Amino acid sequence: MWLWFYKLASPPYAYAVAAKLRPWLLWSAIALMIVAAYGGLVIAPPDYQQKDAFRIIYVHVPAATMSLSVYVVLAVAAGIGVIWRIKLAHAVAAACAPIGAWFTVLALATGSIWGKPMWGTWWEWDPRLTSELIQLFLYLGYMALRSSFDDTQRADRASAILAIVGVVNVPVVKYSVVWWNSLHQGPSISKLGAPSITSDMLWPLLTMMLAFMLYFAAVLCDRIRSEILKRERNASWLSGVMSTRAVGT
Amino acid sequence: MAQSLAGGAAAREPGLLQIAGLIAARELRLAVRHWDQVAQPLIFFVVVTTLFPLAISPSLTELRNIAPGVVWVAAMLASLLSLESLFRPDVEDGTIEQWALSGQPLPLMLLSKTVTHWLLAGLPLVIMAPVVGTALGMPMSVWPVLAGSLALGTGCLSLLGGIGAALTVAVRRGSVLLALLVLPLEMPVLIFGARAVDLAMHGEAVAGPLNLLAAVLLLCLALAPFAMSAAMRISIE
Repeated sequence: MWLWFYKLASPPYAYAVAAKLRPWLLWSAIALMIVAAYGGLVIAPPDYQQKDAFRIIYVHVPAATMSLSVYVVLAVAAGIGVIWRIKLAHAVAAACAPIGAWFTVLALATGSIWGKPMWGTWWEWDPRLTSELIQLFLYLGYMALRSSFDDTQRADRASAILAIVGVVNVPVVKYSVVWWNSLHQGPSISKLGAPSITSDMLWPLLTMMLAFMLYFAAVLCDRIRSEILKRERNASWLSGVMSTRAVGT
Repeated sequence: MAQSLAGGAAAREPGLLQIAGLIAARELRLAVRHWDQVAQPLIFFVVVTTLFPLAISPSLTELRNIAPGVVWVAAMLASLLSLESLFRPDVEDGTIEQWALSGQPLPLMLLSKTVTHWLLAGLPLVIMAPVVGTALGMPMSVWPVLAGSLALGTGCLSLLGGIGAALTVAVRRGSVLLALLVLPLEMPVLIFGARAVDLAMHGEAVAGPLNLLAAVLLLCLALAPFAMSAAMRISIE
């Protein structure tokens, strides 16, 4: 049962799997994004209060969700790397950080663009926004710590500890809207029993979230491959892969 | 023969409290001999708070509104400044390497060191804060809350900062990096601490944020030593 896990942890195998998965993930992400964008921008009715301005949630909410989920993936990968000493897990964690940071930037930027007409201000020091900003700082700190070591293995383990300690911020961001009385609106979709938005608005949002996840997985495949290339640059299997490819093309 | 040797070794094996006590005593002795270095963060704390009246306005009514935040931010920066010297000298001269090799629990040793560090760097801030606060126009009735919130809060800052210091101790010019790593983690402490003082100034109940600060402190006390020790083992290898 653990065989696939061990197999996946070997860089040559993971390199090949990531290459195979990537087109499937990327094209299904793009297809779902088109469907969700059509559903969100054309089919969904305008909000009774916010009119058409609410449509930015089709980018904002998935990006914000991903900014947290990617961090959890990062921390879990870092934890696996520390506990079982799997080098590939560290490579996954390293690959997650820039993607997550960009999702966080996207969530902050779209929120700010939406905030200007709705709240009348680009930025508000409200718990949700502030904690999302802290999330961005955590990503930046993680990347800064990683880049400050010359030795990849030490960088891996030191940054893993930071990633695991930083997990405490994830629930704080997630529930800041519920815990503090904030300007940011409460969650619309997590109440599965009775979602507070209509199904016409909901399905494009859920589709878009799925599309973002697939997109993340696709980009992650790319980044993992480049991490493996960087780390295994002296390995013999890699020169084998490269030479067969050179012959093939 | 072998048994009696082992028995003798066990008899000489120091207890956990004894280890913590020995390390604390060593730290205090070192601090007495370099008392000027110990005073630096405290002076920094006072100097930073002096900047705010110069930059914003000398009027006490204006300063009073921002005083809780100013005192807390200054305390946070002073604590950050003192973290730089928490592990660095002992890592450079190999002391901590010997600790790690000694077979005694490294988390406990680092915890003892951090607690002593708090006595030398955090406690003076707690004592000085009411003076600084009064200079910024805080009423005397806020003193207990200010000192109490800082006592709980600087403890959290020392422990969280200890993790960052252990991570960055091997990095050349790690002080900027240390700030970048530690400040985001410390932000909840700042929020609760400054909020408690602010509530006290408006005569409202402060138990909520103080309880949260105490909870954060307990969490840090329980978990930070292990994170510190894991980070330290990476840094000294």
